Amino acid sequence: MELTKQQKNQHLICRAGFGPSLGDLQPNSLLSSTDTYQSIIKASQKKPEYINVAQNLVNGFMMGIQDVKKQQEAQNQSEVKKKEFAKKSRDLIKSLNLQWLNEMVRSQAQLREKMSLFWHGHFACRNLNVYFQQLLLHDVRSNALGKFGDLLTAVSKSPGMLSFLNNQQNKKSHPNENFAREVMELFTLGRNNYTEQDVKEAARAFTGWGFSLKGEFINRPFQHDSGVKTIFGKTGNFDGDDVIKMLLERKETAVFITRKVYRYFVNDVPNEPVVAKLADRFYQSNYDISGLMNDIFTSTWFYDKKNIGAKIKSPVELLAGIRRVLPIELKNEEAQLLFQRALGQILFYPPNVAGWPGGQNWIDSSALMLRLRLPQIFTGEEVLAVNVKADDDQQMGMGDRGKQMEQVKGMQEMGVGKRMKLMVNIDWPTYTNKFSTVERPALYNALVATLLTAGQQNNTKQVVERLADKSGRDAYIRTVTVALMSTPEYQMC
Amino acid sequence: MLIKRRGFLQIGSLVTATVMMPKFLKAFEQPHVVPPGNKVVVVLQLSGGNDGLNTVIPFRNDIYYKQRPKLGIEKSAALQLTDEVGLHPALTAFKGLYDDGSLGILNSVGYPNPDRSHFRSMDIWQSASNSNDYVNTGWIGRYLDAQCNGCDKPTQALEIDDVLSLALKGDRVKGLALQDPRRLFGTSHAQFFKDIANNHYSDDHHEQPVDYLYKTMSETISSADYIFKQSRSNPSSAAYPPTELGNSLKTIASLIFSEINTKIYYVSLGSFDTHVNQDNQQQRLFTQMNNAVEAFVKDLKQHNRFNDVLLFSFSEFGRRVAQNASGGTDHGTANNMFLVSGGLKQKGIINPMPNLADLKDGDLKHTIDFKQVYATVLDKWLGVNHQHILGQTYSPLHFI
Repeated sequence: MELTKQQKNQHLICRAGFGPSLGDLQPNSLLSSTDTYQSIIKASQKKPEYINVAQNLVNGFMMGIQDVKKQQEAQNQSEVKKKEFAKKSRDLIKSLNLQWLNEMVRSQAQLREKMSLFWHGHFACRNLNVYFQQLLLHDVRSNALGKFGDLLTAVSKSPGMLSFLNNQQNKKSHPNENFAREVMELFTLGRNNYTEQDVKEAARAFTGWGFSLKGEFINRPFQHDSGVKTIFGKTGNFDGDDVIKMLLERKETAVFITRKVYRYFVNDVPNEPVVAKLADRFYQSNYDISGLMNDIFTSTWFYDKKNIGAKIKSPVELLAGIRRVLPIELKNEEAQLLFQRALGQILFYPPNVAGWPGGQNWIDSSALMLRLRLPQIFTGEEVLAVNVKADDDQQMGMGDRGKQMEQVKGMQEMGVGKRMKLMVNIDWPTYTNKFSTVERPALYNALVATLLTAGQQNNTKQVVERLADKSGRDAYIRTVTVALMSTPEYQMC
Repeated sequence: MLIKRRGFLQIGSLVTATVMMPKFLKAFEQPHVVPPGNKVVVVLQLSGGNDGLNTVIPFRNDIYYKQRPKLGIEKSAALQLTDEVGLHPALTAFKGLYDDGSLGILNSVGYPNPDRSHFRSMDIWQSASNSNDYVNTGWIGRYLDAQCNGCDKPTQALEIDDVLSLALKGDRVKGLALQDPRRLFGTSHAQFFKDIANNHYSDDHHEQPVDYLYKTMSETISSADYIFKQSRSNPSSAAYPPTELGNSLKTIASLIFSEINTKIYYVSLGSFDTHVNQDNQQQRLFTQMNNAVEAFVKDLKQHNRFNDVLLFSFSEFGRRVAQNASGGTDHGTANNMFLVSGGLKQKGIINPMPNLADLKDGDLKHTIDFKQVYATVLDKWLGVNHQHILGQTYSPLHFI
């Protein structure tokens, strides 16, 4: 099956970004995939703008703490300040979540944001300090397409990660192995490629790595164990930077990272010979992430039939994709947090340090039914009737089940119980105008080519046509679009 | 509207059958009785880390009051079970169950190297993993893997909720989460979805990744149909408190009274994360729990099913022995579990109360591993071998 230009582009922008945007809809059929890729790369090279939701909070907190110290108030006053900070922090993480989601939707630097989402799951960090999270996010986005060594170092020295993995408690007198272990097991080498002794000794090397309340990395020499250590068979009085260097020197790191990248961007089932070749080049290039992505996206095997439409979109990809292609104005952005929770992926709240497993793990009966109904919920034809369990890390016991819905501002309560209509405005004319040059008989195929990937386009025509509103051209486009987005095929990328 | 009419036609045919039965046969109509011995488990998850020490209260223990000068519950307020132990004042129905011999209390249940973070500890309880392992499947999901080999309706485990918990996610099979059988039926039986599902042609020799979604979809449609029909076949007519837990337990009761093949029901209540204002929060939640369970037990008894149903409650951790400065308690470790059934072999306070003089960093030490409780339930109540499901052998307990 020979792919058309549009099908190739569709596959590329689904993987190297979050799918086609309204603006892309015409050019897609005209550009070659090489050209499309070049423009993605160019846009993604720009430095990311710093998403800053917490500066005021941090300044206020730091001032508050200074005041407390100045007035020499009791210890529990600073405890009170800390609790206030924690509550505000939780609220601001929601803003951070929504702002980053907006970037994924709007930014031209699609590959950079998609890559950042990958790293966000790889360097999974559940830390309730919004300031630390925004710093870590910026580290990730700034280094997402750079050198893996720089990314690894930045993340390993970020207060969010040091705190989450307890390195502040890793001291010369009393080592804590958590940080060293996760850096080896999850961030670089992968399981079984190191010994327990390596972990113990590496933990000693990382002692002293900490941070200040202001979010600065601090190396505390008096907590650092500067004695001789033996790691991976080498002996010396290594520190944390030395360990990172050693981890990069080991080829297993290149293979582990490459395989993960392959499974995320190409196919859940890795092609080991291909992975080996890619890993080798990745290693030789000194872990140049752009180079690796280039190798993948410019290869011929990337466009193999078995890789097209083979990945199940993650909840965030699904949400971003819908918003990219439809001109949606959400009166109430926070509803997207509810969707994230109900579908099993909330930015900044990975299930554990191993990140989101992905693949078929996204799908169970209730998650699937919600995914399929999402387009109709956006268009207001369906009500959102989902009650999500409280997340105590977010609510601290103060959110009841069922209160989730009420906390989401601006949702119109409708009828009995917790059934609600989303407050959404979709600018349909802007969308339907994109197809103004397409002849009526060719409209169906044009819509399919826009919304679905090649190979997903066969089964649904009869059913969708039956449902379509054929009273007018715009009505037809609108109803076929919503119907196509409500199929299992639309879940694939 | 099309769905409603079709739905009506389907129920209608059930009604018509009984209406058309000859009068003389009706005289012999027995109440719909499921054969005895059809055992069922109801798991009640108390989310957020319920404070066990204010649930099952050691009102003779000085240490308890020393550590909780404000938060400790007075002997006069507690519902007395023995000379030394009482229940939280809101749990009046549980006191009744205790007197009845249908309440068992397991103390100090936990696991080695306890984790004090909600999501981590809850994952450990739901996946039955070791404290340092990350497992993507749940113990009930793996039970389903064993029970539902190639079946098209994975309804042996149901969660009464809109979102499926890890506990019910198996390697191959996942349980179903639904708040309400009628709503699940309506949603999944939208004509469009049925048509899409019917239209799908999957080539067994060339399995596509999208096929997994179609498989899930068709299982959902047939399960929704099955569950809805069963929920209507002999529904509960008892009065339940109009709370979320009350409604959920009523739904569960209606399914238990039917011939549905469900063996495990999962439902949660929360949040018990009482860092602040513990008194009010526990009172409120325990009142909901008490009244809902009271109605549920009464209903089960009326249908002669109380001996076949085991309800057990758990929380992802207990809380610290000492109160904090905000009228609450912070994350702790081991905790108690309630066992409610007419078929208990051990009743009342089954093992010793926690030793408040022997703490680890101010936290309770566990004496029972929660996997033992799961093992006991799997082996003795559900009649399946726990080893494959839990990954190793645990010594069973004797409460059933």
